[in-house]
Amino acid sequence: MSTTASTTSSLISGQLKKRVPWLLLVACIAVAGLVLGIAGLSNGGTIPFDPVGGLIVGFILYGIAIYAVSRRVENPRKAKDRLVTAVVSGAFILALTPLISVAWTVLSNGLARFDVAFFTQSMRNITGDGGGAAHAITGTLLITLAATIISVPIGLLTAIYLVEYGRGNFAKAITFLVDVMTGIPSIVAGLFAYGLFSLFFGAWIRVGIGGAVALSVLMIPVVVRSSEEMLRLVPNELREAAYALGVPKWLTIVKVVIPTSIAGIATGITLAISRIIGETAPLLVIAGFTSSMNYNLFLSTPGSPNPMMTLPVFVYDSYANPGANVQPYLDRAWAAALTLILIVMLLNLIARLIARFFAPKTSGR
Amino acid sequence: MTTATKPKGGKPITRLGDRIFSRSTFVAGAAILAVLAAVAIFLVAQSLPALLTDPANLKGEPSSFWAYVGPLVFGTLWSATIALVLALPVAIGIALFISHYAPRRLASILGYIIDLLAAVPSVVFGLWGIKVLAPAVQPLYTFLVDHFGWIPLFSGPVSGTGRTILTAAIVLAVMILPIITALSREVFLQTPKLHEEAALALGATRWEMITMAVLPFGRSGVISAAMLGLGRALGETMAVAMVLSPSTVVSFALVTSVNPNTIAANIALNFPEAFGVNINALIATGLVLFVITFIVNFIARWAVNRRKDFSGAN
Repeated sequence: MSTTASTTSSLISGQLKKRVPWLLLVACIAVAGLVLGIAGLSNGGTIPFDPVGGLIVGFILYGIAIYAVSRRVENPRKAKDRLVTAVVSGAFILALTPLISVAWTVLSNGLARFDVAFFTQSMRNITGDGGGAAHAITGTLLITLAATIISVPIGLLTAIYLVEYGRGNFAKAITFLVDVMTGIPSIVAGLFAYGLFSLFFGAWIRVGIGGAVALSVLMIPVVVRSSEEMLRLVPNELREAAYALGVPKWLTIVKVVIPTSIAGIATGITLAISRIIGETAPLLVIAGFTSSMNYNLFLSTPGSPNPMMTLPVFVYDSYANPGANVQPYLDRAWAAALTLILIVMLLNLIARLIARFFAPKTSGR
Repeated sequence: MTTATKPKGGKPITRLGDRIFSRSTFVAGAAILAVLAAVAIFLVAQSLPALLTDPANLKGEPSSFWAYVGPLVFGTLWSATIALVLALPVAIGIALFISHYAPRRLASILGYIIDLLAAVPSVVFGLWGIKVLAPAVQPLYTFLVDHFGWIPLFSGPVSGTGRTILTAAIVLAVMILPIITALSREVFLQTPKLHEEAALALGATRWEMITMAVLPFGRSGVISAAMLGLGRALGETMAVAMVLSPSTVVSFALVTSVNPNTIAANIALNFPEAFGVNINALIATGLVLFVITFIVNFIARWAVNRRKDFSGAN
């Protein structure tokens, strides 16, 4: 314990030195690791040493130790403060655990089948090894593209309405319902698309465009919210300058307001795409399963379903319905999960790059 | 914004382009209302056959549709509640860490790291939950049943696979963590600086400052963040469908192999093979889920908006 502080200066007496908590933390983790390691060995080596468990036990130990030390050297109020600091930092580290675990698992398991065949072959006539997810990647790209084509005009125009035109109760109702729409469970969106299409065609319906409709129900509110925020950021002086020059309102919006905020809008749309591209449940319901390549979003032959595989459904299907030999299916599922995460990460990166490089110059004078 | 355009006296000039453009934006806005209404109408229309049919036609031959959906509603609420109980303290801790403890320069990066959790697709979380999390927590469950089995929540027999409702709830908690964290963080950052500095100037420690200035200011914001997280957990499908090994029971036991299923997971598991009136029954359970999440989100949004009106921060 470091109670030496009182000898140096009266101003910092009764305080722990800055390095003490850190030393204590290292010591506690070391002790926990040692104790757990010895316990594991004394058990005849049956319990493998678990580094995560050691860290957790060490951190709990640290919380108790810092509280006791601080209470003795400082005072109970400070002791409580230090305890809470430990708890709050612990919460952050606790949240990192699943993130690191997911990243590590997906990477280590996914690389086994992350090869050329995975991206060039479909699952047609494949029962064991080999095959790939080319059909699922195609399906995901097509359905997401269709959903984007549906959602962006509606979402962007609604945002323009809310910012530039909307007044009174109608605009308020839209704002509120867009917020509520953000909370629609994805599976309900899938059921809605199924209900809509099965009413016109029949209960057998499985079609790619239905997946796009379901996804756009989920995407529209995100696009509206982000575009609305960006449009509101455009300074009023720009609009007023345009009006003063006699420019009509709609041309002001098209030529002044939207170009100013286009970077933010594009970022928002990219993030919205990255949010819906990983949706599984609605596609499971309306786009269905297939092992063959399918480029057609619509019904090809009247009266028969035209299912379209997508990457998230491929992950689920490979896991849930494996063949006699499970391992190749699991490998493909992990590889597809890795692909999916990489696509989402790529979209997030693109969004950030758009925001950085196409942002309007703030000081143009 | 628009008030400057109207010249005083006389009619404002409207051009054809103006009219077309403003109409089309109005139509887009109305389309959103129409979509939301359509969701409700189509779900109701497709649900009616299941409500009107003889319950013996339904899967499992329940005594009525409500007997069919009852355990599912219970499972949905129960799993989401556990997830919220697990996630909320951690989320508040992270939000406080980012807003008041971490170094200023690191704060936005740390926030971005937590947001990465939201970028992981739910199906990946499901795969992770069953392949990594469930085997990892199974020994812990055995320990809980052996030593705390007298608590009804941890009553045995323990599940051998770890695919219990607690595991599913942990996965759900991880998934709703970024939402609650992001919203709480925003609220905590809005705390008036003067309140914080006044508390510190009076000699409060950082924790005392947080309990006196930050938490009272952020309480309603945190509550609505929790409600939004709850709404998300209620509707989450794939993680539960993959992790849980379900049965049709109403049981509070957390770590046994007999677990109540959730509405969303039940739909995902049964829809691909369903036919006839069972499809309608599944859609009807989806309608029930829609109503539940609508109510939860409605209350949450109402709380957020009310707060916006009364807080002096914005």
